[in-house]
Amino acid sequence: MKQNEKLEVLNIDTSLYKTRISKKFRNRKPYEAADPHMIISFISGTVLDIIVKPGQIVKQGDDLMILDSMKMQNQLKCSIDGKIKNIPVKKGDKVSKGTVLLELE
Amino acid sequence: MAINKKIKELQEKREQMFRGGGEKAIEKQKALGKRTARERIMALLDENSFNEYDLFAEHEARDFDMDKKSLPTDGVIIGSGTIYGAPVAVFAQDFTVAGGSLGLMHSRKITKIMDHALKMRMPLIGINDSGGARIQEGVNSLAGYGEIFFRNTISSGVIPQISVILGPCAGGAVYSPALTDFVFVVDNISKMFITGPEVIKTVLGEEISMEDLGGAQVHSEITGNAHFFATSEEECFDQIKKLITFIPWNNSLKAKPFEQGEPNPEFNINKIVPEDPTLPYDVKDVIRAIVDFSDFFEIMELYAKNIVIGFGRMGGRTIGFVANQPLEMAGVLDVDSSDKAARFIRYCDAFNIPIITLVDLPGYLPGVDQEHAGVIRHGAKVLYAYSEATVPKLTVIIRKAYGGGYIAMGSRHLRADFVFAWPSAEIAVMGPEGAANIIFRKEIMSSDDPDGMRKQKIDEYKAKFANPYVAASRGYVDAVIEPSETRRLLLHSLAVSENKSIQMPDKKHGLPPF
Repeated sequence: MKQNEKLEVLNIDTSLYKTRISKKFRNRKPYEAADPHMIISFISGTVLDIIVKPGQIVKQGDDLMILDSMKMQNQLKCSIDGKIKNIPVKKGDKVSKGTVLLELE
Repeated sequence: MAINKKIKELQEKREQMFRGGGEKAIEKQKALGKRTARERIMALLDENSFNEYDLFAEHEARDFDMDKKSLPTDGVIIGSGTIYGAPVAVFAQDFTVAGGSLGLMHSRKITKIMDHALKMRMPLIGINDSGGARIQEGVNSLAGYGEIFFRNTISSGVIPQISVILGPCAGGAVYSPALTDFVFVVDNISKMFITGPEVIKTVLGEEISMEDLGGAQVHSEITGNAHFFATSEEECFDQIKKLITFIPWNNSLKAKPFEQGEPNPEFNINKIVPEDPTLPYDVKDVIRAIVDFSDFFEIMELYAKNIVIGFGRMGGRTIGFVANQPLEMAGVLDVDSSDKAARFIRYCDAFNIPIITLVDLPGYLPGVDQEHAGVIRHGAKVLYAYSEATVPKLTVIIRKAYGGGYIAMGSRHLRADFVFAWPSAEIAVMGPEGAANIIFRKEIMSSDDPDGMRKQKIDEYKAKFANPYVAASRGYVDAVIEPSETRRLLLHSLAVSENKSIQMPDKKHGLPPF
């Protein structure tokens, strides 16, 4: 422990402790609840086919899109009933993990 | 005489093999700051102690013109020798020969020395420097890896197994080190990953350098796959040699006793720990104030720094230390520190090394990320490891021992043999602030001066419960001791634990939460 080292404060059960903070703790992502209206790419890959069109009414379990990834054609199915609002990707696009593929109303 | 001619022939054959993959390949190896496999073995072992086996091994691959190629030693050197007189079995992959690639004969040489080490009950040290499977040998390479992994597993807990990563160790090959006890890495030289940067780029479009993906720092700080980090091969070998002095040759022996000595008086045990439990200190200074010669050999120094693990000696005997580190993240238990501590406790138990636990923690780290990362399962490993360990278990509660953290850190309830507490110990169900807020919620809320009332109730709680005497009155703590008595009492406790005997119920094996 260095002399006069500048320490930070960590709150554990409302007690405040002077200590060093780890990189991992500092860089942790704040939690955000998933929005079922946003269909997000769960893995990087290529959009092989888009089965639905904007404005189309879809039901839970309907096929939306095929994402080619890890040598597999992954079928993306609709998680809720709704209407297609927007499809920000097009056939052939390479997408990374976390990309919005489709928005539902 | 004819025999002289034969001897000369042998010498020439040996010389040829000693040249490995040839001058050019050796030059390349050196340009990367790396020693050759043979130089590494010589640097690691006692002088003139190395005996090599299977120097003249040759592969039998036929496809892809392999029948026309000769690979000296088939890219791996095996043998046995000594480190400070302790016997060790060694293999070292030779990157200068076909990139240290693993084919059938290469793997047979490795498994031969592994079998030998297990049979002779001596430590095994594997130096990894290989481009991976020898593609030309197809499924035979995979079989080779599988045979190695099986032996790593069967030998686990019987003989010490040490992996040294001195080059690439990629794909399936990484699982041998992962199954061994200790992994050593060197900055800018070690590279470990399942899928390399190129595959990641092709498949996922993510760009990353080898160093950032699986370099020595990454595995020492982020993944926890490596236990010792060095900046040069020389430093790495010094670390391995030092480790060998702390551990026994196998699980039926104790580590060799060493010369005894008092701690350095510069570590004044009365002055290290601040009275205010919210202020930090370096718990390693407490360890240094207790162990012989103040010599503490830390393991996983850069990973989950909120818990400190490592070896020291007391009365010449190797001791495994587990200590909360208030200087880092207030010393909380979390996913990573639980993994780190639990594995080390099991190591000590497997190899007859008594465990001393130093306790000062406010509890578990709160957070969605922690809960979702499975802090329940990971935290349970610590409970499991302490409970199942039958080696002598000694616990010193320095300051805070709150809630679940109190139970987990080698408490009486998990069968610690001796539990000592300093007068500064606070053994309680939770910290005074949190406890007062819950217990006196109504009084605080209905008070005209809630902050004043809160402070008053916190002080009341502190006076009544933030001490070692409640736990001592129940026998959960054996003795409340002055800090300066710690070493003497621990030495005595270790001496009387020498023949500790415990019968556990018969079982094939337990189901630790991993």
